This record gives sequence, structure tokens and C-alpha cells, in this order.
Amino acid sequence: MLRYIIRRLLIGVLILVIVCALTFVFFRVLPTGNPALLRAGRDPQKNLIKEIEGVLGLNKPLIVQFWDYLKEFFLHFNLGYSYYSQESVRSLIAERLPATLSLTIGAAVLWVLGGLSVGIISALRRHTIVDRLSMGSALLLLSVPEFWLGFVFLLLFANDIGKLKILPGAGSYVGLTYDPWKWFTSMIMPWIVLAAGSAAVYARLMRSSLSETMREDYIRTARAKGLPERAVVRQGVRSAINPIFTLLGLEIGVLLGGAVLVETVFNIPGIGVENFKAIQSSDFPVVQGTVLLASAFIIVANIVVDIAYAYLDPRVRYS
Amino acid sequence: MSAAEPLLRVEDLRVEFPSEDGVVHAVDGITYQVFPGRTLGIVGESGSGKTVSSLTALGLTRRQGARISGRILFEGQDLLTLSEDSMRAIRGNDIAMVFQDPLSSLHPLYKVGRQLTEAVRAHRDVSKSAARERAIELLGLVGIPDPSGRVDQYPHEFSGGMRQRVMIAMALANEPKLLFADEPTTALDVTVQAQILALMERLQRELGMAIVIITHDLGVVAEMADEIAVMYAGRIVETTSAARLFASPEHPYTWGLLKSIPRLDSLRDEDLVPIPGTPPSLINPPSGCHFHPRCPYAQPDHSRIDPALEPVPDEPTHHVACLLESDVRRRLWEQLGEGKTPEQALVGVGLPGAAT
Repeated sequence: MLRYIIRRLLIGVLILVIVCALTFVFFRVLPTGNPALLRAGRDPQKNLIKEIEGVLGLNKPLIVQFWDYLKEFFLHFNLGYSYYSQESVRSLIAERLPATLSLTIGAAVLWVLGGLSVGIISALRRHTIVDRLSMGSALLLLSVPEFWLGFVFLLLFANDIGKLKILPGAGSYVGLTYDPWKWFTSMIMPWIVLAAGSAAVYARLMRSSLSETMREDYIRTARAKGLPERAVVRQGVRSAINPIFTLLGLEIGVLLGGAVLVETVFNIPGIGVENFKAIQSSDFPVVQGTVLLASAFIIVANIVVDIAYAYLDPRVRYS
Repeated sequence: MSAAEPLLRVEDLRVEFPSEDGVVHAVDGITYQVFPGRTLGIVGESGSGKTVSSLTALGLTRRQGARISGRILFEGQDLLTLSEDSMRAIRGNDIAMVFQDPLSSLHPLYKVGRQLTEAVRAHRDVSKSAARERAIELLGLVGIPDPSGRVDQYPHEFSGGMRQRVMIAMALANEPKLLFADEPTTALDVTVQAQILALMERLQRELGMAIVIITHDLGVVAEMADEIAVMYAGRIVETTSAARLFASPEHPYTWGLLKSIPRLDSLRDEDLVPIPGTPPSLINPPSGCHFHPRCPYAQPDHSRIDPALEPVPDEPTHHVACLLESDVRRRLWEQLGEGKTPEQALVGVGLPGAAT
């Protein structure tokens, strides 16, 4: 098991290097704005641009820039400095990460609880009105764009522009440690909006997965033993949950890299917004840092899912 | 036959499943009884309704939308009138069941011990550790070596035969009075089959329970059953003691079953005779005698008249549902016993050929 984990981690590091190289190529070779030009103000002198390029290290050959970056990253865990604010990318990410973590984890709890319970009820009451209603609304939630749903929520419930002014609106995010209650209330709408689509996916998945496992022979055995129906359903859910768990790990991994739309709509200072701003302004080090972070989350989530699978399903063995 | 009251008496049981293609008449009016400590073998091809009838006795077809009529009297109480809760209290407690495929019938993600203890704790208010002791004891009882180590293993760590032993242990957890064994050996190697049958016989002796063994394999019932009921297309076509069934079967379908299994004591060049055709549709069963399309001895009016299960002359415990005269049947069976084909036997008793 340990050897397996180490091997997976090493492969993960290799993937990170490749991601690094790809973002380097994408943002420096492909025609995007020249960051030096963007910084030099209006009508810049040629030599000013050259000077700024020198300061930012943009005049060195690409491969040298890449090597320097990797060296800094792996030796000092230094992700460079923003071209604009001169702020260290590492501290920038550290500053933005709590908001993204709050958003993702809260939403995940919500969509798992909501999606799975609706899915279970639907599976057990297949083809009833309850089932049809839940699957219908799931389909609706799936087809609705996140940003649209976000605006609808703001217009309905935000305490500034909403019809019912009951929840803090956009830009009200505060840190959990600063004021837990304000943090919680400010996150309610973002959580719901981010969770909605995933909850719909999970509800549909759980419904089909559970309807399948409830037809298994071992469910018949459980009933033949005289177990109460609740215990029988629990055995079905236990089997049905495994494939869903895989998806959950990956989805959380992806979202930790930044939920751009929801962060933007609710003006939450998270990784996604930061990444988006950096791309717009060709702030390479920030782009690079946030992309690396996102890939690292996905890689780690993958490993966690695979390891957890060995505990979820005793038939799976890694050797 | 025992003079005691039957433990289980099934009366005119009908089970129908509405489906998109029409109503499936899975069980079409069967009557049988099982006495305490005795073994009834129910024999038939797949789709003859033998499994559905036992699942119904356990109340497991209700939720599949089955339409059920008749009576299932267990110790004098009609199980079909019981609420789901009272039925659940009987399932796994007084009546237990062993299923065909032990791998798919055990939960793959739970340890064997847990699956055993939950069977105990579903009906007995005992502590977890006491239930675990019982689980280990049960594994030992069914002949699994190192039960206290095996109790913490998962089903996939057991061999097929050992898994079926686990299933049997699970069924015996609460010392049921009646055990349904649905094709308990079909998924197993031949050598393991014999072990499992011997195990069931030993446990029956030790615990004194009645067994209903459901199988397509006459070899299995020959070994275990006291009485045998032969089912075809949802009906019982012949029922008698095991000894009589093998010595003087009366129904052409039973003859077919007997002639289609190899026997060690038969001549080397004696051919096995398969039953022609396929089991009938249970949505639109054949008119008259359900077996007539496949019966080599069917006469023209057999497609119109529905035979009743009636006692054979001079044998009150031997019932058969066949339109042929009893003495004709006996002469046909004699001819078959001499190694003649069904066609030769027909000529031998002076009947016209099958009208199919």
C-alpha cells in the first residue's frame, strides 16, 4: 500500500511538471498580451519596455525561464511574484484559498446530502409522482447555468437588491475566523447555487445506482433474513455509493482549483476569481500558480479516491 | 407418511405477475404439504414456478407486484393474510431460505461475520459479542475450518462451496422449523454438491427441521427428498414419495426427466432421451394439458381437456395430472423401462401416434 502511494505521488509530481510546461507554452508562446507592454503605461518608450522585460526576466530564453521557475518551486516552494502587485503568488494563494475551500466544502456537503437523499427516495419510489417530480427538477437544475441561478438568487434574496432581503448579497464574504456567523450567512447562497447542479447529477446517479443494487440477489437474502426494510435499504445504499464516491473526489478536486462562475457572481475572493483576473491581465506567475494549485488538487483527489476505494470495496487490492 | 399435522400446507396457490406483455401465470394453483422433519423435493425446469412458489411462502414476491391467491398455512396460520411486519418476524426465524448462487447472494462489501450476526440480531435481542459467538458457532456447525478466523473475512475470500456453507449457516442462524433450499447445489462443482447435500442432511437430523428442496436435478432429490412434487408450467403434475416416483412414475413429463439423466446402472449404449421442445410461455400457456405440445403420447382431445391432479388407483398418496388411463401409463412406463423409444412404446400399447 505504502509503495503504491509513493508511486502515485511521484507520478503526480511528474504530471505537475508537465502542467507547468504546458502553461508556460500556452501563455508565453501563444499570442497573449505582453505583460511588459501592459505595465509600461500609455505610449511607452521601446527601452522602457525592454527594461521592464529585464526586471520580469522575460528577456531570458524560455527554457531558462522554465528551469528557474521549476527550481524555485521545487526547492523553495516559491511560485514567483505577481507582475502587477509584486505580491508573492504563494501568499496570494494562501490568502485566497480559505474562501474557495469554504465555498467548495460547504457546497459539497450540501449536494451530497441533498442529491443522495433525493436519489434514494426516487429509487425506492420509482415511477411515482415523488420520483417524477424530483427527477424533473433535477433535470431542470442541470440545465440551468450557474451564473444565471446565482443572479436569480441575488435578485430574490440578497439584502441589497433582492425582493426578500434576507441574506447577505454579493461581496459580503468574510473569513470564518473573523466572524463565523457572518461567514456562514454570506456563504448560504453561494453554497446552494454551486451545489444545485451537482446535487442534480448525484440524485440521478444515486437513483440509477440504487435501483440497480436493490435488484441484487444479496438484497433478496437480506430480506429473507427478516431484516427490517430500513436495514435492507442501507445494504443497497452501501453498494450504490461506491461509484458516486469516485465522482465526488474528482469534483471536489476540480472545484478546489476555483469555482470561477460562482465566485465571480457572488464576488467571493477565491482562487477562481484570482485566476480569471490574472489571465485577463497576462499576470503569468499568478496564472501559473493557480493552475498548478488546481492540478495539484485534482492529482491529490485522484490518489485519495483510489486509496479510499480500497477501504470502500474489500475486493480492491493495490500491490 | 407421518401422522402429524403438516408444518406447511400450501393450498391452491396462484401467483401472477402483471407484465407489459400480459399476465405471467408463474404459479397456477398448486397444493402441497411439508411435514415436520421431512424433506419435500420440488422438481421442474426453469420457469416452472418452483422458485416463485417458495419466495411467495416467504412473502418475498409481494413487493414485486405479484397477485397472490390461495392459502399458505404455516403451523395453521395463513401467511398470506399476515402483515409485512409479522411476515418479517417469521422470515429468517421460523422459515429460512438458501439461494442458488452463493456469491451473488452474499453482500460483497460486508464481512461474513456481520452478515451472520445481523441474521441473528434481526430476531434475537442479543449483544453484538453474543451474536458474534453465535456466528462463529454457526460457521463451525456447517463445517468451515477455523471459524473464528474466517468470521472476519469477506465473501470473495471463500470458495464456492464454502460460500454456500455460509449461506446455510445464515439460514440456520435462528434454527428455523422450515428451510427452503432453492437449487442449493446448482452453482457448485459436482464433488462439492455432494458435500453440501450431506451437510444439509446432517443438519436436518441434528436440528429436526423440515426442508423443501427446489431443483431441476432429480439426482439431488433422489438423495434427499422423502416426497417429491414435479412441477410443469406453474402446476404440480405428479407428486408421491421419492421411492415411488423413481420406481413407478406416472406422468410422461416425469418419464422425460428420468430418461434425460444419465444413470450409472443403465446400459452403456442406452441413449439419453431429451424432452423435445422448450418450456411453455407462462403468459399464454398451452390449452388443455399444458404439457401436450411436448408430450409424445398426447391424444387429440388432450389439447382441450385440462387434467386435474388425481390419486392414482390403489395409491392414495400418489397423485398425477395426466389424461392417459392409468393402466396405459403403467404399460408405457414398462415399455420405456425395456429401453424402447416413446414411439415404439406407443405402438407397444396400441395407441395412435402423438397428435401434435
